[in-house]
Amino acid sequence: MRWFYDITRPERSLAVKLVNINWTLVALVTGIACVGFAMLYSAANGSWQPWAERQLLRYAVAVLLMLAVAVVDIRLWLRAAYTFYALTLLLLIAVQVRGAVGMGAQRWIDLGLIQLQPSEFMKIALIMALARYFNRLTPEEVGQPVKLIVPALLVLVPAILVLKQPDLGTAMMLILGGGAMFFLAGVRWWKFAVILTGAAAAGPIAWRFLRDYQKNRIYTFLDPENDPLGAGYHSLQSKIAIGSGGTFGKGFLAGTQSHLSFLPERQTDFIFTMLAEEFGLAGGLGLLALYSLVFFYGYAIAFRSRSHFGKLLAFGITTNIFLYVFINTAMVIGLIPVVGVPLPLISYGGTSMLTVMFGFGLLMSVYVHRDTRIGRHGDVEH
Amino acid sequence: MKRESSRSKVLTRRALILAGGKLALLGSIAGRLYYLQVAQSSRYAMLADENRINIRLLAPPRGRIVDRFGVPLAVNRPTYRAVLVAEQAGDIPSTLDAVATLVPLSDSDRRRVLRDIRNKHSFVPVAIREDMKWDEMTRIDVNSLDLPGVSIEQGLIRNYPFSDSVAHVVGYVAAVSEDELDSDDPLVELPDFRIGKSGVEKSYDLELRGTAGTSQVEVNAFGRVVRELAHEDGMSGQELVLTLDMALQDLAARRCAAEGSGAAVVLDSWTGEVLAMASSPGFDPSAFSTGLTPAQWQALVENPLNPLSNKAISGTYPPGSTFKPVVAMAALEAGVITPDTHFNCPGYYDFGNIRFHCWQKNGHGSMNLRDGIKHSCDVYFFEVSRRTGIDRIAAMAKRFGMGSALGIDIPGERPGLIPNSAWKKATFGVPWQQGETLSAGIGQSYVLTTPLQLATYAARLATGRTVMPRITREAGIFTPEAAVDQVDFPELAISLKDLKLVTDGMAAVVNEPGGTAYGARILDPGLAMAGKSGTSQIRHISDAEREHGLPKGKQVPWKDRDHALFISFAPVANPRYVCAVVAEHGGAEASGGSAVAAPICRDLLTMAQKRDPARRVPAEPFGGTTLVQN
Repeated sequence: MRWFYDITRPERSLAVKLVNINWTLVALVTGIACVGFAMLYSAANGSWQPWAERQLLRYAVAVLLMLAVAVVDIRLWLRAAYTFYALTLLLLIAVQVRGAVGMGAQRWIDLGLIQLQPSEFMKIALIMALARYFNRLTPEEVGQPVKLIVPALLVLVPAILVLKQPDLGTAMMLILGGGAMFFLAGVRWWKFAVILTGAAAAGPIAWRFLRDYQKNRIYTFLDPENDPLGAGYHSLQSKIAIGSGGTFGKGFLAGTQSHLSFLPERQTDFIFTMLAEEFGLAGGLGLLALYSLVFFYGYAIAFRSRSHFGKLLAFGITTNIFLYVFINTAMVIGLIPVVGVPLPLISYGGTSMLTVMFGFGLLMSVYVHRDTRIGRHGDVEH
Repeated sequence: MKRESSRSKVLTRRALILAGGKLALLGSIAGRLYYLQVAQSSRYAMLADENRINIRLLAPPRGRIVDRFGVPLAVNRPTYRAVLVAEQAGDIPSTLDAVATLVPLSDSDRRRVLRDIRNKHSFVPVAIREDMKWDEMTRIDVNSLDLPGVSIEQGLIRNYPFSDSVAHVVGYVAAVSEDELDSDDPLVELPDFRIGKSGVEKSYDLELRGTAGTSQVEVNAFGRVVRELAHEDGMSGQELVLTLDMALQDLAARRCAAEGSGAAVVLDSWTGEVLAMASSPGFDPSAFSTGLTPAQWQALVENPLNPLSNKAISGTYPPGSTFKPVVAMAALEAGVITPDTHFNCPGYYDFGNIRFHCWQKNGHGSMNLRDGIKHSCDVYFFEVSRRTGIDRIAAMAKRFGMGSALGIDIPGERPGLIPNSAWKKATFGVPWQQGETLSAGIGQSYVLTTPLQLATYAARLATGRTVMPRITREAGIFTPEAAVDQVDFPELAISLKDLKLVTDGMAAVVNEPGGTAYGARILDPGLAMAGKSGTSQIRHISDAEREHGLPKGKQVPWKDRDHALFISFAPVANPRYVCAVVAEHGGAEASGGSAVAAPICRDLLTMAQKRDPARRVPAEPFGGTTLVQN
C-alpha cells in the first residue's frame, strides 16, 4: 500500500490545488455551456422550461464534479482506470440485458432518479484505460504486436456492444478515440495501414450486420434528396435550416424552421442547426472558435505535463471532445451520415454533460498535477 | 531516462500530426458552413419558405344568373356539413354515438369517419355528414356543448330554383375533370370548386367564376396553421343577366314537356333577345352540383329522348313547309313567278317518271303565291322550286340565317344544312338532281335547320333585317327607363315588296278561314299572329303504302311519326315577337304543324305581347320578384 500513501499524502493543500486550476479553461467551458442554455431557451420557443433550466442545474452539479475530479491526485486516476473501465463495461452489458428502449435504441439504464447512458461514460473510461496501459509500455514493447492485443480488445469489446444497441455514432467515437490513443502511443504507421486494409476488406461483411435503418442512413447520406420525406428528412431539413440562416442568421428566437418543428431533435443532436439558423455563419464559426480554444488549452496542458500518462490522458480527452464536436457538426451539415452524437456542453442530456465535464475534470487534474512524475506502474518517481 | 525522452518525442510528434488533421477537419466544417450559408443561402432560404408558407385559396362565390327582370335562375345555396376535429373530441366513438341520436348516421358513414381520422392529422376537420338539412344542422348546433370537437361548416352549393324549365340555357356546374385541371386559374384545384359544364354556365364560366382570394399562412411541420401572414379577399363572380323572361320560359318549357320531345324559341325581333328557349325533356341541373350517382348519369345518357341535349340549338330538323316562304322569296327575286302566276294542283306533280304528291290528295286546284302559302300547296311549290333552282333557294335561305351557326353564346350550337349543287358535288361526288330541288323546295331532302334558326328566319321575315339572336343582356337587368326598344340590325338584301307579299300569305295561313293554322289564330285582333306550319316527313312513304292507305295517327310508331313545326310572328300589323316550335314526332296527324305546334306558338306569342316590355312594366310578376309596380 505504499502507492496509496504516496498518492494521498498531500503535496499541496486543497486551496493551493484550487488556485492551480486553469480558470481560463473553466471560463471557456462555462461560456460554451451558456451558449447551450441560450439555445435550449430558444428551442422551447423562449422558455426556461422544459430544457434550459434543467440543463443549467445539471451544469451547476457538473462543475462541482469537474472541480472535485481536478483536485484528486492524477495517480489515483491512473490506479482507478481499469476498475472504472470494468464497471462501465458491466453497465454496458447490463443495458444490453435489461435496457429500456428509447428512440429505437437500447442506450439507457434507469436508476430511478437518473437515467444513465453507460456508452457515454465508456468514451472516457476507454481513454483512461488505454492511457494507463500505454503508460506502462516501453517503446520496444509498443513495437511488439502481441502487446497490442489487450488494448485492441479494450477498444473492440465496448465498440461491438454499442454497435449492437445499435449506436453507430458512439461506436465510431470509441474506435476513432481508441485509434488516436494507439497513434499517440507510437504504434507504427504500417500497423494502421494493415488495420485499415483489413477493415476495408471486412467492410462488405460488416455491412451485412448493419440494421436496415443504418444502411438507409448511409444511402441517404450518399443521396439525401432522394427520399426527402423518409430517411433523408433529418438531413435535408437540417441543411435547409442552416442554409436559410445566411451570414448573420435570423436572430435569437426567430429561427423559423426549428420553431415550426421542421427540424427534429432540435434540443439534442440538431442543436447546432438551430444555432446556425438563428445566428448564421457568424454564430456557427464563433462556436467552432470557442471549441478550438478549448482544444488549444487541452493541447497546451498535455505538452506542459511532465508525465507520459498525463500527456496521453490530456491528448486523449481533447481528441475525444474534438470527435464529439466534429462528428456532430459534420452530421448536421450533411458531411457524414446522421449518427447520434451530441454536441458537448450544448445538447440537452444529463449523461453526456456529466461525461464531458468528467473529462474536463481529468484534463484539469493533469494540469493541476502537471509536475507530478509518474512511473510505469503509477508509483511516484523521484 | 533516454528511453523516456524518445517516447515523449514520438508522442509530441504524433500529437502535432493529429492536431494538423483536426485543423483540416475543422476547416472542412467551416468551408461547408460557408457553402451552405453564403454560397447556397438563397436556395435554402427559398426552400425554407416553401416549407413554412402555405398559400390557401379562398373560393369566391360564383356569380348569379338572372333573367331579364332579375328573377334568379342560378344561385348559391348555403350548405351545412358537420365536421369533427379528432384532437378536440376526446372519445370519438361515443361522440359519434351522440351525433347519431341527432342525425341519421349509417355504419358506412361511421367507418369512413374513423378511417379519415386515422389517416389525417388530429387537428384536421373530418366531415361527418355533408349537405345537411336546416333542421339537422340546428339540432347539432343546439347540442354542440355535448358534442366536443363537432362543429358546423358552411359552404355554398350551386342551385337552380327552376330546375328543368331552364336547364338547357343556364346549364350546370360540376366537379372539375382531369383535362380541365391544367388551366392557369389556381381555383380549379380547390376540392369544392365547381366548373360550368354546359349552357351559359360554361360559356360565361370565367366571368361567373370570379377571382380567388388568398390567405398566406405559416404552418408548422405537421401542417397546423400557426398564424396568418397576409390575406387578400377574392372577388365574387359577376352576375350574368340573361335575355330570358322566366314567365315565358316557364310556359314554353311546360308546353314542350307536354309534347314529350321538342323545342320552342321566342325572340324579340327588334332586339334579337331570346325571351324563351325551351327544350324537352329537361333535367335537374342542381343534381350535378353535388354529383350524380352513376345510375342517375346512366339514365340521363341512355334516355332515347336525349334530355341533356339543348334541342333548340343542337337539334336539326327538316323544316318541311315552314321552308316555303323562303322559296317564295327566292322565286320572286329571280323573277320566275309573279304574285299572280297561277299553277294548277291536281294532288300530284309528275317530274320525269317520278310522281310527287301534294299533302292534299285531291288537289288544291288553281293556286297563286298567296294561296300557295295559305294552303301550303306542295304542287305549287314543286313548280316554283323547279323554276327557281336549288342554288338560288340556298342563297336566299342563307340570307335568312339558315345553314350556318348563328353564334349564340350557348355551347353546342349546330349549323344545320342548306344544300346546293356545289355542296352535293363536293360531298357525294355526283351532280345535283332536279328532283331533289322539288323535295328541298318543301323543306325536305337534305335541308336541316335548328329551332333557333327557324325563329331567326321568322324574325328576319317579320322585320326585313338581319336579326341576330342573343342570350345575355349587357345592359343588365331590364329597367323601363333604360329600355332599348330597337337594335339597328342591317337591312336584308331583299325586296321589301316581295317580303310583304310573302308575309301577307303567312297572315292568311292563320287568320283566314281555310288557312292551315286558322284553328290556332289569336282572337284578339290587336295581338293577331302570322305563321307557317310544317310537317316534316322523316320516313319515305312507299307507293304501296300510298295505294293501300297510310297508317293513321296513333297507329304509326312514335319514332316514325313526322315532326310538327310552326314559325310565327306577332302582332301582324307591326311584327315584333317571333316564335318557332318543333315537336319531335308530333305529326301524328297529317297537319301536325298546325294541330300541335301552332297552338303553342299562339299561347307563347299571346303571353309575350301581354308582357310587352315596351309597356315599360312586366305584366305579371313572376317568381316572387317585381321590379316595377304601378
